[in-house]
Amino acid sequence: MKQLVILSGKGGTGKTSVAAALSHLASQELPIVLVDADVDAANLELVLGPVRLEEHAFMGGQVAIIDPDLCRPCARCLDVCRFDAILPGEQTYRVDPLACEGCASCVHQCPEAAIRTQEPQAGLWFRSETRFGPLFHAELWAGQENSGKLVTMVKQQGRLLAQDARRELLIVDGPPGIGCPVISACAGADLALLVAEPTVSGIHDLERILATVNHFRVPALVVVNKADLNCVQTARIEAYCQENRIQLVGRLPYDTVVTEAMVQGQPVTAYQPEGAVAKALREVWARVQRDWGGSTRP
Amino acid sequence: MIIAVASGKGGTGKTTVATSLALSVADKAPLFLDCDVEEPNAALFLKPALTQRERVGVLIPEVDWNECTFCGRCAQVCMWHAIAVVGRQVLIFPELCHGCGSCTLACPEGAIREVLHVMGSLESGRAGPILFGQGTLDVGQAMAVPVIRQLKKKHLVEADGAVVILDSPPGTSCPVVETMRGADFVLLVTEPTPFGLHDLRLTVRVARDELGLPVGVVVNRDGVGDAGVDGYCAAAGLPILMRIPHDRRIAEAISEGKALVEALPEYRPGFIELYQRIVHRDGGGTAQEVAR
Repeated sequence: MKQLVILSGKGGTGKTSVAAALSHLASQELPIVLVDADVDAANLELVLGPVRLEEHAFMGGQVAIIDPDLCRPCARCLDVCRFDAILPGEQTYRVDPLACEGCASCVHQCPEAAIRTQEPQAGLWFRSETRFGPLFHAELWAGQENSGKLVTMVKQQGRLLAQDARRELLIVDGPPGIGCPVISACAGADLALLVAEPTVSGIHDLERILATVNHFRVPALVVVNKADLNCVQTARIEAYCQENRIQLVGRLPYDTVVTEAMVQGQPVTAYQPEGAVAKALREVWARVQRDWGGSTRP
Repeated sequence: MIIAVASGKGGTGKTTVATSLALSVADKAPLFLDCDVEEPNAALFLKPALTQRERVGVLIPEVDWNECTFCGRCAQVCMWHAIAVVGRQVLIFPELCHGCGSCTLACPEGAIREVLHVMGSLESGRAGPILFGQGTLDVGQAMAVPVIRQLKKKHLVEADGAVVILDSPPGTSCPVVETMRGADFVLLVTEPTPFGLHDLRLTVRVARDELGLPVGVVVNRDGVGDAGVDGYCAAAGLPILMRIPHDRRIAEAISEGKALVEALPEYRPGFIELYQRIVHRDGGGTAQEVAR
């Protein structure tokens, strides 16, 4: 089983639209499993319209809680907390759960033993069925920590099912950025497809995500979205890829059909299969397979 | 007056709105902080002269071997298994350490001191009248929050009373919360598409429902997509403070690294009005400030 992760560094370059289209194309040839690893803002579901089969609680991490009956407001917790998570009060102190990092330093330092930690639910993860294959996705509740842990969780579930059901390809729609959820999304990937856009921000962010996937030794291919928006910047991406020996496997034209397809809840390759964007995406899928020697089998 | 510009979904135009807002209120000598430390882009548009640079991170433990008795108390209190005692060795895993200092406090021998584990950089300077600061997370580092926290700490203490614009990272989790904490107003930039709407709802939950902050919406690329965002904003009582039309000229200017109001000055009055509307709704601005 192969694992393809779709990343971009910069947000909004079209990761999810590309992931949905590749899911559509790949599923016509082989059995796949899908994972939406952008647990902060999971959107793959909106295009694939899945049926939810299972729902599970996600426990995020520890949060401190102060027992008001035991607290003598001595300020020790306030002094030791490095995350500004202790809210002083006249009678007792309180913990701001959004600020609390869960380090439990206050728990160990409180002279009254008035503080303990608890592990509140921080979100949900789901197993769903789409027309292209099973989808594992999640919902991290507002403002919660540990998105990396939740990404690892949904990916692990996807991998287990893919192994058990002998599915050949795991497609992971990644989060933006380069930090912990991206690192979790990258882990164990055989290939990263980086969706770049021909803008100064897009190039800056492409360089950083490329450095990140290199750091974790995941080979990468680049696809330029909205390539005809700025031909000068697209040429810069081409030159950059050549210099760094990264294959540029597609140029998708700037076309509002991508947004129309999203509004209709369709991958663009299904919504307008003969359009220029769909054609370019079919080429991307062919190049991804060629990169694997024409087979997804290891 | 601290305004955080956020969105949930990436690429909706946070940096476009934040930089143009700063340029449009340049007469107030605003402070601009790029808190998207994983992918900081605002400097590409504001083009500040960055004159100060420092490396930042978290404080991680370092053990004094002469004092350590290998009792294992440090490992017991560490919630992230960032320190382990194996026989007569103490192993430290800097990439797991959150820098809470719990092990230092718990060590009965006082054998732990703390040293900086670098995760990124802070840079600052000026872009004309705009004071500019940004954080950049080093490639391969997982934790953005410590860099954001130190960026804000460094600049906000001196910025008392100034107009401050925070360019937030995408998403809805801890880096976004860290950016929004302490803000007076959260400006949510969205696009009128199903993705934009879905992520706008999530960000409203963070900013308004969890943090209790006043929020307003900017609809970018108005005219693409569908009417979902308008319907939601009306139903949820969210004021739409500005609409930026879907215009290929804007996309082209931004692709070149030009700030919207510099490439297309006809948008400047709209941003000045946006600022006024934020100040009015928030009630945080003085009457003179509004009148000016």
